[in-house]
Amino acid sequence: MDHFPTNWGRPRNDAYDAYNTYPLHQRPSNAPTHDKFADAVQRTQQPIVTGTSVLAIMYKDGIMMAADNLASYGSLARFKSIQRLHAVGSNTVLGASGDMSDFQHIQSLLDALVTEEFTHQDANTLGPAEIHEYLARVMYARRSKMNPLWNALLVGGFKDGKRFLAYVDLLGVTYTAPSLATGYGAHIAIPLLRQAVDGRQDTLTEEEARKLLHDCMRVLFYRDARSLDKYQVATVTDAGVDISDTIKIDTTWDFAEGIRGYGAQTQ
Amino acid sequence: MTSIGTGYDLSASTYSPDGRIFQVEYANKAVENSGTAIGLRVKDGVVLAVEKLIHSKLLVPEANRRIQTVDRHVGLVSAGLLADGRNLANRSRDEASGYKDTYRQPIPLKFLADRLGMYVQTYTLYSSVRPFGCSTILGACDKTGPTLYIIEPSGVAYGYHGAAVGKGRQLAKTELEKIKLSELTMREAVMEAARIIHLVHDDQKEKDFELEITWVGEETKGVHLPVPKDLLEEASRRAKAALEEEIES
Amino acid sequence: MPDGSFSHPQQRQFNPYSDNGGTILAIAGADFTVIAGDTRQSEGYSIQTRYAPKVFRLTDRAVLAVNGFAADGNMFVKKVKQRLEWYRHAHAKDMPLRAIARLIQTMLYAQRFFPYYVYNILGGIEEDGSGAVYSFDPVGSYEREACRAAGAAQSLVQPFLDNQIYFKNQAAAPNQSHPAHLPLPDVLSIVIDSFTSATERHIEVGDGLEIYVVLAKGRSAQGLEGARGIQELSTKSDGDRVFVIRRELKKD
Repeated sequence: MDHFPTNWGRPRNDAYDAYNTYPLHQRPSNAPTHDKFADAVQRTQQPIVTGTSVLAIMYKDGIMMAADNLASYGSLARFKSIQRLHAVGSNTVLGASGDMSDFQHIQSLLDALVTEEFTHQDANTLGPAEIHEYLARVMYARRSKMNPLWNALLVGGFKDGKRFLAYVDLLGVTYTAPSLATGYGAHIAIPLLRQAVDGRQDTLTEEEARKLLHDCMRVLFYRDARSLDKYQVATVTDAGVDISDTIKIDTTWDFAEGIRGYGAQTQ
Repeated sequence: MTSIGTGYDLSASTYSPDGRIFQVEYANKAVENSGTAIGLRVKDGVVLAVEKLIHSKLLVPEANRRIQTVDRHVGLVSAGLLADGRNLANRSRDEASGYKDTYRQPIPLKFLADRLGMYVQTYTLYSSVRPFGCSTILGACDKTGPTLYIIEPSGVAYGYHGAAVGKGRQLAKTELEKIKLSELTMREAVMEAARIIHLVHDDQKEKDFELEITWVGEETKGVHLPVPKDLLEEASRRAKAALEEEIES
Repeated sequence: MPDGSFSHPQQRQFNPYSDNGGTILAIAGADFTVIAGDTRQSEGYSIQTRYAPKVFRLTDRAVLAVNGFAADGNMFVKKVKQRLEWYRHAHAKDMPLRAIARLIQTMLYAQRFFPYYVYNILGGIEEDGSGAVYSFDPVGSYEREACRAAGAAQSLVQPFLDNQIYFKNQAAAPNQSHPAHLPLPDVLSIVIDSFTSATERHIEVGDGLEIYVVLAKGRSAQGLEGARGIQELSTKSDGDRVFVIRRELKKD
């Protein structure tokens, strides 16, 4: 039956392709619409408001993720209290770098996905592996339409006694490892993280993990011009997701006094 | 049934001379044959309960739930043709997610009930369709607080403090009217709901039933969930005890 | 323009591809095939992960190695596996190797104007029991060969294979000819040597090595037993069999 109430009571057109002469996708009613404005359709060609690195590691009790609170507009530090860690259900956390509006879009996609799963009320919930697979599909589909979601995302979680940590970016490239980082962090923090984490995931304590991420966030704040000295940490353990309040990074700049050879000082 | 044989009852698109649409009234008859469903809007939330009649011993206990979830904060239970109720729930989910896509906030129940009413009403306009054979109770906790609506086969959607549909609705309504709903907590409401469902159930005439209760409110942090097992059992036990007391006295 | 502006309108375009490094190779024997790949995934000078498999068991007699752009590679393998599952549902048997090869060509060519940026090497056992290797370019051109290397270190490994497998630039002893196929232990040695060498000389190769060995039905596992880090992946023991050998490679 026709489920569109607006069609009811109107004459049906039985003459029209009554015998399925055309394959479904070729029927004029299903053919791609010719948008008169197609030439003017704008796609994301570059990120606008951006977030910088996200760091994540596995540790003894689960996973830990960190991202600072800055959303930049080019080189302008535009928004300084943005949260870039997002809980998805009760076993997963998503960390985003790249375009923040695309990230917000992703948040609403995931929210709809989790809500739909909830309404089935069959006690099944989406875990980090499912969320990551879904995101990988979405990101790859969008890049294949040459209309990418301009992000590098980390998905971390803990479900049924298992840790999960994986990466997906605007190209749909995915991978998993005991320590991950996006953006500048992939160059600056990864060596520190790998040294401390790889092979020690099962013994690293929460305290050690927290200190490690704190130290890496500080290094990033010193070296990454698009970073901020305020960040948040998320943990996912068998107790669920916890996203911390904002943490301030302690920094010292005294050494700058002693630098000689360039800049304002001549002696 | 004076309408039978007059010809005015054959189509939802035809009025009878005295201005009625018999197909809609027949739809209401379908509702009256169903197990009772009730909703209580109280101080800090909404409680939904249903008398789920067990038509076969071969059914898995506690499977095939009758109270459905529309959005995180919205519960739905319908009495009448259950398949119609499921269609309505699916439509509600579409409306709820559509609203969120547009406004980036959970749909207030007022809007959901309104849109659902419009949808149900379209099925009263055409000869090619039949009206919904179910009355549906919607309960939610939204930004305005606890809310409760009934949508009838005609498409009317009214808000209530207490709602009852299905076979035992008259008795249930009488009981609901005795309760000071706006002063109850959700926990107390669960007890009342269990008592009313047990009360309206007729052991003599009817099949066995399962009691199903869900709630949404402060205690569930605004999420529509089944009540915990121990609470449901306690409510059931107390309801039975209260009934026996009544019979003895 | 000298001031840094452009005289023509410029367009910057999103590049949907990337190169994730790594190398794969496959060598066919008379009644076995070896398919191997390293497990490093990189982009530019960064190692993304030390363990991302590039070689996949498709059936008990077919193994596919995929190299190039990782996102396309994973999607392609997913779709090939899906098609093979549908084939199983329709025909109640696994697709023969040469049919899988043709299927892969069709699937690659279907994307002729937006290709999967991947080099595929399919290895396994044909229906006649012989070991076979099929190699593909990104748009589906393919041929059956005795051996093939692909990926970042193709230019390092292929000449080595040409010399060791095809005996190029080697003269046979008087009144003797080169063997048509090498025995399994020799092939395994060549594979391991190929990867240790490639790891030394190419920055995108290293971390881990996965060597898949497919044995024809009825062939004994001679030459495999006792191999360090071996694991059987076959679903049946009386047909063609698949094994994987996992080894470490240098991580620097």
